[in-house]
Amino acid sequence: MSDSTLGLPPGSGVPPTSKPVRPSLIEPDPKIRRRHAKERRFRTFGMIAVGIGVLALVVLVGSVLKQGLPAFSQTFIDVPVYLDPAKLDPDGNRDPEEMKKVLTFGYSPLIAAGLQADLVKRGLDKEGVTAKEVAALVSKGAAAQLRDYVLAHPKKLGETIEFRFLANGRVDGYLKGRVTMESAALDSNISPQQLQLVDKLRAAGLVQKKFNWRFITGPDASDNRPEAAGMGVAIIGSLYMMMVVLVLALPIGVAASIYLEEFAKQNRWTDLIEVNISNLAAVPSIVFGILGLAIFINWAGLPQSAPLVGGLVLTLMTLPTIIISTRAALKAVPPSLRDAALGLGASKTQAVFHHVLPLAMPGILTGTIIGLAQALGETAPLMLIGMVAFVRDFPEAPPAGLLDPASALPVQVYNWTQRSDPAFVERASGAIIVLLVFLVLMNTLAIILRRRFERRW
Amino acid sequence: MSATWLFAVILVLAVAGFFIGRARAMHDADGDIRKLHSLPIYYGLNVAMAAAVPALVVLLVWQLAQPLVIESMVSKQVPDSVVEKVGALNLVMSDVHRIAEGLDRAVSQGAMTSEFADTIRTEETDIRARLAEVGVPLAADVDPAVLDAAQSFRGIAATGRMLMSVVVLGLAIGGFGVAYWLTGRDFRARKYVEGGLKILLIMAAGIAILTTVGIVLSLVFESRSFFSQYPWYKFFFGTTWSPNFRGDSDLGILPLLWGTAYVSLIALVVAVPVGLFAAIYLSEYAGPRVRAVAKPLIEILAGIPTIVYGLFALTTVGPLLRDYFAQPMGLGNSANSVATAGLVMGIMLIPFVSSLSDDIINAVPQSLRDGSLGLGATSSETIRQVVIPAALPGIIGAILLAASRAIGETMIVVLGAGAAARMDMNPFEAMTTVTVKIVSQLTGDTDFSSPETLVAFALGLTLFVVTLGLNVLALIIVRKYREQYE
Repeated sequence: MSDSTLGLPPGSGVPPTSKPVRPSLIEPDPKIRRRHAKERRFRTFGMIAVGIGVLALVVLVGSVLKQGLPAFSQTFIDVPVYLDPAKLDPDGNRDPEEMKKVLTFGYSPLIAAGLQADLVKRGLDKEGVTAKEVAALVSKGAAAQLRDYVLAHPKKLGETIEFRFLANGRVDGYLKGRVTMESAALDSNISPQQLQLVDKLRAAGLVQKKFNWRFITGPDASDNRPEAAGMGVAIIGSLYMMMVVLVLALPIGVAASIYLEEFAKQNRWTDLIEVNISNLAAVPSIVFGILGLAIFINWAGLPQSAPLVGGLVLTLMTLPTIIISTRAALKAVPPSLRDAALGLGASKTQAVFHHVLPLAMPGILTGTIIGLAQALGETAPLMLIGMVAFVRDFPEAPPAGLLDPASALPVQVYNWTQRSDPAFVERASGAIIVLLVFLVLMNTLAIILRRRFERRW
Repeated sequence: MSATWLFAVILVLAVAGFFIGRARAMHDADGDIRKLHSLPIYYGLNVAMAAAVPALVVLLVWQLAQPLVIESMVSKQVPDSVVEKVGALNLVMSDVHRIAEGLDRAVSQGAMTSEFADTIRTEETDIRARLAEVGVPLAADVDPAVLDAAQSFRGIAATGRMLMSVVVLGLAIGGFGVAYWLTGRDFRARKYVEGGLKILLIMAAGIAILTTVGIVLSLVFESRSFFSQYPWYKFFFGTTWSPNFRGDSDLGILPLLWGTAYVSLIALVVAVPVGLFAAIYLSEYAGPRVRAVAKPLIEILAGIPTIVYGLFALTTVGPLLRDYFAQPMGLGNSANSVATAGLVMGIMLIPFVSSLSDDIINAVPQSLRDGSLGLGATSSETIRQVVIPAALPGIIGAILLAASRAIGETMIVVLGAGAAARMDMNPFEAMTTVTVKIVSQLTGDTDFSSPETLVAFALGLTLFVVTLGLNVLALIIVRKYREQYE
């Protein structure tokens, strides 16, 4: 509009002299510079925040790995033991039933003597370590291991057999750098002299670190034998619980979602159910533990520490997760498919069960696996239903085994953190590594399922 | 017949019913499927469902209800004098249960005949010794009235089981028979099967309601019996928490609420800025490649079980804060502290805040941003003055949800915050929370008649009400103040 400039009354344009002088268009003025600095700061804050998140993850996983990886190897001591028939089978008839009368106390002197004799034979100097202290290098569980062997092979009595026993937890700690000469000097359970002897045994090849299967498959051990503690019972317990959750939560969750998504009319009743489900998803997990204790144990009289009860509690906890993801999966199936099925004469039920459900299945399974992964890591509710108890015996095969006492992986971790010996911290971190491996596997499976079968309509 | 056997019988009946029903329909139609109203499979399913579903439902309900009914019948029999002597009715009833269980075990091991177990008298036999033999030790000698109650307990239980078997089997066979009799070429089997299926679906959806009802009922009932033993004003306004299993405890919730609030506050102070800035950066600044890497990495934090965070707090963060902050500043030397638990919980909540805010920020329409940028605002000005205000209700909702998570979190505080109930301002001091005390009062030996155990239910009820309130508030804020963009 060229004429507007011409037609302007004089004086309406701002005289150029009253404007702040702007030296250059290329050079930003201070205000712009301030604003840009602010912009950069803001952006940096964002980057720092993302960095903090990623750093937290790295530190978390790193510290668990650093503390836990040593738990998978364990120190063993090779000891030749002379199986003295006079002591182990006083009656002399090689009957295992009779030999059971000799308790583990009767076996420990043999190990001590075997180790002593081996030291002398190899010319290793004990240097002021008493015989009792030498025997203490071997785990307290070694006698039981020896007894089991002898009762299984009564014919071997009278022979000298090379055994590989677990070393005491402190010796193990010394090889892993957890116990040092300085800390041993203050420790009533081990002395620096003993550790020097361990160095010699190690040089002679009698003491060595090996991968420790027993940590993964074996049962838990008592407070003073951290070296023998394993998480086999906990893994089995967690497995049983996951089975219960899968068997109950998947069908119930899918059925509930089908009803809400496909059949329910929009009314108060369905509204109530929906609000309910979204609230249940946000109820603290410990409240589900209280529910389990009050209803399943106190009222229905189910036994404490049973995987069945744990599974029921976890089922109720994971149901909302499964229902929410199943409904999303059902919603993603386009209505035209339903219409086509109905148009061909299928009933509503047939349309849903024959066409919608199979197409939604990958999404449902993904949601279920994620729900299971959540349930696997849950600790608090299981503590309330007695899972913290010390369980040494493996539960039987299901279904009877579902009522036997068992532990669960995360609760086992908690148990180990409550024990005084620092060796249990290493065990707890090791168990967490196993737990995380399971979680990574389950989530990978979920991702693969989603990638492979997800369809975009 | 035991429930397991009944269950097996019903299953067999159902499977047989499926094949028999299908065969009968086909036979009735002379093998020509076109003469049938429904597909053959529906006739089979109809018989199977009629045989199994009502019977199984009754079996389940009976199993759940029978203990309650017997309990109330037997507890009426126990004379008041015995109740007074022992102290409380539920103590007497637990004795009754133990004796009945002992008698059952003795009979099943063959140590007693079942007539003998029914007629045994305290005057004639040393029951305590007899039961100890079969592995049921009793704390004291058996009172004759309690033994009577135990014997009638066994009697009613046996009758109940008998009755249950008869009713359940009757239902199964009856259902089978009726459905079989109805099966014919003109019977509208599909309609009935689909109707039954729909009822099953509704029942599954109802389990969600039942769970809530179960939670509320169990919390309310046990809390009521707590408040009948302990005054409510001392619970809600008491400032000391010192449970004492010999009785005479102080069970004031205020120190626990203080610890909970303090830990949650620290957690939010860590999680909200970090989570919010991360969400802003990832949704507004980051390129697709950074986003594709950083977003899943941060979300992994949400999938890590809380026990892992707990161990992290216990072994890494706690000693670190103690050695580098608390001790040099002279603020205490405890590895368990509010700061430890709060910091670690904050890390746990980062993905929670960031992914919720991310969704909300992404929902703000691009036209708003374009308008602001077109007027010459920088990106950060656009975010602060346009995007965030538009997303504010959602962000506040996300923060409230995070707060409810923080309040209900258990393992991190159990391992990181400590067990000492105190009200202190020093963040490097060990304090305790509601959830920690629920765990400590309910693990190990629990005695459901003492206020020291029952207080856990009152704590649980408080926790439930507070978190539910926060969730509902978040939902209302999001719904009411959400800007509608078309």
